[in-house]
Amino acid sequence: MTRYIAFRLLQAVGVLWAAYTVSFLVLYALPGDPASLLAGPDATDVSPEQLDAIRAQYGLDRPLIVQYFDQLLHLLRGDLGTSISSGRPVTDIIGEAIGPTAQIAATGLALALVFGAGLAIAATYTRHRALGQFLLALPPLGVAIPAFWFALLLLQWFSFAIPIFPAMGDKGPTSIVLPALTLALPTGATIAQLLSKSLVTTLREPYIDTAWAKGAGRVRIHFAHALRNAALPALTMAGLLIGQLLAGTVVTETVFSRPGIGRVTASAVGAQDIPVVQGVVVFAAVVFVLANLLVDLIYPLLDPRIRVGRSPLTPRGITPKTELTGARP
Amino acid sequence: MTETAALVAERPPRSDEDETFASTASDRFADASRNRANPSRSARGGLRRLRRIATRHPGALLAALWIALILLSAFAPALFSGQDPLDGVPADKMQPPSAAHWFGTDQVGRDLFTRVVHGSALTLQAAVIAVAIGLVVGSLLGLLAGFIGSWVDDVIMRIADVLLAIPSLLLSLALITALGFGTINVAIAVGLSSVAAVARIMRSEVIRVRSGVFVEAAFASGNRWSRVLFRHVLPNSIGPVLVLAALEFGTAILAVSALSFLGYGAQPPAPEWGSLVSTGRDFMATAWWLTALPGAVIALTVLSANRLSRALDNEGRRSR
Repeated sequence: MTRYIAFRLLQAVGVLWAAYTVSFLVLYALPGDPASLLAGPDATDVSPEQLDAIRAQYGLDRPLIVQYFDQLLHLLRGDLGTSISSGRPVTDIIGEAIGPTAQIAATGLALALVFGAGLAIAATYTRHRALGQFLLALPPLGVAIPAFWFALLLLQWFSFAIPIFPAMGDKGPTSIVLPALTLALPTGATIAQLLSKSLVTTLREPYIDTAWAKGAGRVRIHFAHALRNAALPALTMAGLLIGQLLAGTVVTETVFSRPGIGRVTASAVGAQDIPVVQGVVVFAAVVFVLANLLVDLIYPLLDPRIRVGRSPLTPRGITPKTELTGARP
Repeated sequence: MTETAALVAERPPRSDEDETFASTASDRFADASRNRANPSRSARGGLRRLRRIATRHPGALLAALWIALILLSAFAPALFSGQDPLDGVPADKMQPPSAAHWFGTDQVGRDLFTRVVHGSALTLQAAVIAVAIGLVVGSLLGLLAGFIGSWVDDVIMRIADVLLAIPSLLLSLALITALGFGTINVAIAVGLSSVAAVARIMRSEVIRVRSGVFVEAAFASGNRWSRVLFRHVLPNSIGPVLVLAALEFGTAILAVSALSFLGYGAQPPAPEWGSLVSTGRDFMATAWWLTALPGAVIALTVLSANRLSRALDNEGRRSR
């Protein structure tokens, strides 16, 4: 178990480093001149001397590899550089934005889990064929709807037509509802698709027949036997889903004019503020890694095969060779 | 002797339309050469297959029709609407949907339906470029990783893993920051951020195909590796990637319209689906149609692309 956690931690650090490297390559090494980006999007009449001055100020005149390791050292000390448009440290900008984003993201995730899992369970549990088919047809619809359009429809219905929720800002708990619903739609639809697919396959497994034969009831089979196993593949996607949720805040916070990571990203891209964009990418990688670590800790609770040190990928019913030889007298 | 002759005479004469199973090797050879000589037969087989898909999945048929309409409007917008997408009639501004203006008019009296029809060209162009980039770069990388194996596989797939760890919208935003704004740059950014997913699927298919006996036979009969790769492995492993391409087309439309909604793509007077919704935001309280209708067109197009991808996937599984 300790080895399992240690290995996962090491892997997490590796992913973070790699994500940082990718963002560095994209933002600094792609054909394109960071210095003229730094000079500002509408600065067309910058003299070469001014560009050189900017290069010297941000250290862009050094070889790429030196810049890379210099930035990596700063990152290890928790320094993501300073924003070009505001001159403030990127860590401060992101740190301030985490709070409001966490509110809508957490609510959105909770809504997505409840509705997504609820829909999957209802669709596979019902004996009413038409109802099941109808429920299974909903998630593809949820995936196809553009988030910005859904957000605007929500605004139209619940802020303008029937003024229940405020149209913008982050004052009071009512302002969380509409943004959270917008974030929950694609995530919930994905959860519903994953979970219903894996529930359908799990319910065809032979051990479900065994449970029937032993006289277990329908509710018990569905929730205690099938759901626990079916949740595993859906859980693997948690890191990706939370990343998707975080990326969704860019559109959501723009539509609802809320402060947060998404707004920071949108305005940083608009102003071509390279250090802030890089900071957000690294932050997203941190969130992805943390979510996956959390899943790795939940995994052994759901799947005892991991607790005894076997890989979750070993097919059911096949005992790894090492254990067979180990059991021999 | 006469008995056998009578028996033979009883067999119905073989015609070109004969569908009986070729039981001997020479029959099979004859069938094959007839098919080669007469390609319309296989075309008719393709048509029959299409008809079967259509009757079995009526939803997929509707989806295909919708996509065909959208494609047609991208290439020949004048077929759908004779009005001008850029010049409006100020007297007709802010009219709700009616028989004269199906989608209503905007703040300067331009017909919204005309703008959506003309906008499909920009949006689809960006989506097609994005899918093409993702497909070509992704399948080449996946092909190399799966075919060569060893350290090449490790390096390519670890990079793909990392790219998958960064949410694709954020990755495209980072690419746009570096590349600059505009429809083409948005398309490139969206395409590059889908490379990892394509590479992954391609690689797993190539690994499945590479172990096939016919690949071994192709090597044994003295083909160069490039010929084996492009003549034998690629055609047999491209299927699932094409299914993914249909899905990616829908995702690309979503991503492109979201990015132009945020203002990084086509700039306002030019009609583009995402920016149409974005300009409609300013008049939401008074003119619901300016945001609702273009958005509905986007949603229907993405839904159709996803539905087609699912139908292709089912057919692919059946024939394998």
